[in-house]
Amino acid sequence: MAINTGTSAPTTPLTIFADRTAEEPQQRVVADPGHKPLGRRDLPIYLTLFALSALFSFPFLWLVLTSLKPPDEVFSPGLIPDPFYPKNYADVFRYAPVGQWLWNTAVVSVLAVVTVVFSSALIAYGFARLRFKGRTQLFALVIATYMLPGAVTLVPTFLIWRELGAVGTTFPLWASNIFGSAFYIFMLRQFLFTIPQDLVDAARVDGASYFGIWWKIMLPLIRPALVAVAVFEFQAKWNDFMTPLIYLNSPSQYTMSLGLGMFKSDYDTQWALWMAASVVFTLPMVLLFFVAQRFFIEGVATTGLKG
Amino acid sequence: MAELSIPDLQAPARRRGPSEETMAAWLAISPWVIGFLIFTLGPLVASLYFSMTDYDVLSPPEWVGLANYRELLTDDRLFPKAIRNTVVYAAIYVPLHIVTALGVALLLNEARQWRGLFRTVFYLPSITPAVATAYLWIWILNPNDGLVNRSLRFLNLPAPAWTVDPAWTKPTIVMSQLWHLGGAMIILLAGLKAIPPELYEAAKLDGADAWQRFKGVTLPMLSGVLFFIATISTIASLNVFTQGYVMFNGNGGPENSALFIVMYLFREGFSYFHMGYAAAIAWILFLIITTITIIQFRLSKRWVYYEAGTNA
Repeated sequence: MAINTGTSAPTTPLTIFADRTAEEPQQRVVADPGHKPLGRRDLPIYLTLFALSALFSFPFLWLVLTSLKPPDEVFSPGLIPDPFYPKNYADVFRYAPVGQWLWNTAVVSVLAVVTVVFSSALIAYGFARLRFKGRTQLFALVIATYMLPGAVTLVPTFLIWRELGAVGTTFPLWASNIFGSAFYIFMLRQFLFTIPQDLVDAARVDGASYFGIWWKIMLPLIRPALVAVAVFEFQAKWNDFMTPLIYLNSPSQYTMSLGLGMFKSDYDTQWALWMAASVVFTLPMVLLFFVAQRFFIEGVATTGLKG
Repeated sequence: MAELSIPDLQAPARRRGPSEETMAAWLAISPWVIGFLIFTLGPLVASLYFSMTDYDVLSPPEWVGLANYRELLTDDRLFPKAIRNTVVYAAIYVPLHIVTALGVALLLNEARQWRGLFRTVFYLPSITPAVATAYLWIWILNPNDGLVNRSLRFLNLPAPAWTVDPAWTKPTIVMSQLWHLGGAMIILLAGLKAIPPELYEAAKLDGADAWQRFKGVTLPMLSGVLFFIATISTIASLNVFTQGYVMFNGNGGPENSALFIVMYLFREGFSYFHMGYAAAIAWILFLIITTITIIQFRLSKRWVYYEAGTNA
């Protein structure tokens, strides 16, 4: 992997964000300069794109439609529910503590996001903007931990949490985020490189401490990157299945992933209910995506180019 | 070190003790240092030790040397199967993933209108939680009433018993994962945008047709990004767990055809509390991942094109 551990970052991720905001409205212009309006040549491309889009969205459509079918008619060949049966959505909350699971997931995800954003940003600041002996070597170690598969440390990590009496609580699902996360440290460090040293020097002259500079200058300037990290982490925790599976044992503590996973074997014939639960589970992610779309897309694009 | 040549901004150097900057730096990175010691280095050493013990959590670990490894590689019937399943899964998934994501990215790159809309449509599946995706797809691929088999039968095509036939369980998981091409697609799109248009113009002037431009400009310029996606998705698929676990209720599927290494590790460690055995499985997985990644890096020298200077 072309991981650039050097200190220069000429084409900065920040400018990617900046460019894109400037560029975005232009894309909406029907005939943007330099391009001809849609012509016959574009037809095959658009036909293929529409066909593929239909293929990709059909599972969603099917999921929603099935969740609205009466439970004894889920196997009926028709696509449209007859009659519409939104009661599945109420039933699923009664069959299983779905409300509780959603709440648990939200709490874990928010705690994970808040801790990982601040710790990673602080650690990244140390590596990007402060000079100390051994910085390069230590940062190589950060990258090395990112490469290490989680499976290798799984057993001892479990034993640590067990020793701390935290098995059976939601602590192990987020608390290690206090120590930052290698990937986010790497990503935020790249962003921190882009902040002009003049700003820092001026603040130093005004008597700002190193942590004051971090808080008052660095954090506000890398906000898009912080949001991207927050969105990534929220999504990761919302989805996580394995960690809750290992650490949680009472259904009242389950996250939605785990609850839904267990739900399947418990209520093996209730397809319509599973579908309703899956919709309820996915919906917050879809909403988050539409609210923070720019950060999703730019964040993902940046990881690839910088990675 | 190069630091000597950097003019020191805090002109009067402190005579004794670390500078304020050094102190601040260590304070800033201290969460990582502590986390590294407790949650990485410690567990790494402990894991190696446990892998050479019999440990059931209740009684103290008992030293057995390399017995766990020997058993895994010679006596255990399931473990070789889990390795094979995992490698076969990765070998089917990774190329298909790259080809589909690249295909969609190329199409999107050609689209001049509604690009944002299409991008959203192709990205949305990727944000669907893994457990929900697993549900949706065992339902879509249900051998009797699933959407896919109903369509295949309607077209008079053979309809495989996806989730039931051991030969088709891995393709079942692959299908559900291919739906999640969004992340790779976005990265590839960014890569495509970064290719200087002059290169295409020059190729056109030389009389290159679309296919030649793709082979001569797009692929080489995109090779770095393709390599990144290949390594990342290989590592991810060797760690496959949730899909297989949820789709087949954690039991490995028909004839253990969907039993993967991490699932086996989970079962040994957290269902049977064979912690030493599980740790040994983890180390073998680590070795497999490292070996495959090193091979990928070696091979990449033959096909990945780096612009002069960017990767000196």
